[in-house]
Amino acid sequence: MIRFLLGRLVASVLVILAVATASFLLLHAAPGGPFTTDARRSVAVQHAMEERYGLHDSMATQYLRELGSLARGDLGRSMKKDVSVNGLIAEHGPVSAIVGLLGLATAVILGITMGVFAAWKKNSWVDYLLMTLALVGISVPSFVLGPMMIAAISIHLGWLPPARIDGVSSYILPAITLGLIYLGTIARLTRGGMLDALGQDFIRTARAKGLPERRVIWKHALRVGILPVVTYLGPATAAMISGSFVVEKIFQIPGLGTYFINSITDRDYPVLTGVFVFYAAILVLLNLAVDLAYGVIDPRARRT
Amino acid sequence: MKSRAWQRLRQNRMAVACGAIFLAVAVFCYLGPIVAGLAGLDGTAIDTATGATPPSGGHWFGTDTLGRDMLVRVMIGGRIAILVAVVTTAIALAIGVTWGAVAAYAGGHVDNAMMRVVDALYGFPTVVLVIVVMSVFETKSIVALFALIGAISWLTMARITRGQVLGLKHREFVEAARAIGVPAHRILLRHVLPNAAGPVIVYATLALPQVMLTEAFLSFLGLGVQAPLASWGTLVTEGSSQIVVYPWLLAFPGILMGITVMSLNFLGDGLRDALDPQAHKLR
Repeated sequence: MIRFLLGRLVASVLVILAVATASFLLLHAAPGGPFTTDARRSVAVQHAMEERYGLHDSMATQYLRELGSLARGDLGRSMKKDVSVNGLIAEHGPVSAIVGLLGLATAVILGITMGVFAAWKKNSWVDYLLMTLALVGISVPSFVLGPMMIAAISIHLGWLPPARIDGVSSYILPAITLGLIYLGTIARLTRGGMLDALGQDFIRTARAKGLPERRVIWKHALRVGILPVVTYLGPATAAMISGSFVVEKIFQIPGLGTYFINSITDRDYPVLTGVFVFYAAILVLLNLAVDLAYGVIDPRARRT
Repeated sequence: MKSRAWQRLRQNRMAVACGAIFLAVAVFCYLGPIVAGLAGLDGTAIDTATGATPPSGGHWFGTDTLGRDMLVRVMIGGRIAILVAVVTTAIALAIGVTWGAVAAYAGGHVDNAMMRVVDALYGFPTVVLVIVVMSVFETKSIVALFALIGAISWLTMARITRGQVLGLKHREFVEAARAIGVPAHRILLRHVLPNAAGPVIVYATLALPQVMLTEAFLSFLGLGVQAPLASWGTLVTEGSSQIVVYPWLLAFPGILMGITVMSLNFLGDGLRDALDPQAHKLR
């Protein structure tokens, strides 16, 4: 297990390094320099600005300097506004994180419940209904569902605010829209894991010693049945990040996703690549955590 | 063996119905505009005087804010969406099958290294990378869209192919081919891959809806299919900003896209169950 985790740690560092290198190369391959604008500047000013950002040094020097500042946790500065990427993340990240975690919680709690019931009542109408719902959920894109929910729930019924973050109730619709992106996948994975678990010997033992069925399902089987969902948390977070772009756009939430997408139209490349490195780092850390959690939940995984 | 799988598929009424629905949508999108053209509708005629009108006898799906017929626009959007899905899936298929087959057939350290790459990419924000690449290069070309979505969608395909080839590479007919000196690439192409086709087809079917959603997602962010071309993704984006005033602008492309993605998902599931009944019990 230790060997395995060490291997994963090395791989994680390599992934971050690859991401940093890719974003460095992308920045330099971008058409036009960062200061190519319509504004007329004298050659001297242009030169001074380029000098300030060290654009006259050799590629290798710039690359090493970039890696050095990254190692110190500095993700770079915006080229359009006088802010650092770290500052942007500190300012806009928390809102995105809250919406993301609420969405994940919605998806995990509902998805696992659906999956457990479907496996419990295998091949009954409950199973078919839940699994059909799960597949429908996977198939309807969030940018169709989100606006429809706004129109129905916020505008026609007036129950929840249609946009912007203003009080607790305004988190509900964005969290549901975001959660529905992977709710279906979690339900399907749980069903599969539970069916797998319910066929194993330790379940027969638990039943044989007279445990109530509810306890067998929710305590004994779920612990093993949940493992595919734990593995999926990495990809789920990746989906959550890209989903946040859509959800924050639909609900006009001033989160990191909105800022990231805005920097596309602003052509603020350092922000694009800086936030990209940040996203990659989050995912890499999360995948490491998932590997650890795997060993905690399933003692059998520790032996390998 | 194959015919038994076919029989199982036909018994799965849901999957068969969904296959028929997908075909119907494809025919609707590809032949529809021709028929509509005969009726004097062409989705590009701008009529700002009428503007957005709700569905009526003349315009079954209504018109958009520029007075263009939504029925034809939805059909043409479907053409692009299906085209993008098929082409990018084909690209993903080519990369994934090659990667998985080479890894499995080479084995050892090569296999290990190649599959670690796949593992690493699995937990990687590939869609975000596509966004960064597309915006940094300011590319608006649909070919770049094909290539980039294809380049991030091959991971599952590589795993599936690897699993299949691992199971096949020590079978007697492969040993026999090797014994008589058939070169490795020929063994893979002629003897191994044709036998791995089933699961690969299943996952290609399941990749189609996935890729379709990715394209719509990029279009929603303004990075996908660009005007004057329109895919379901771009139509949905236009519609979602007008949902309260002109709900039909979102409803028709949104529902049609949902139906298409859903029918492909159900069809793929059915195909998987038919080829591998064991999977039905578990997954």
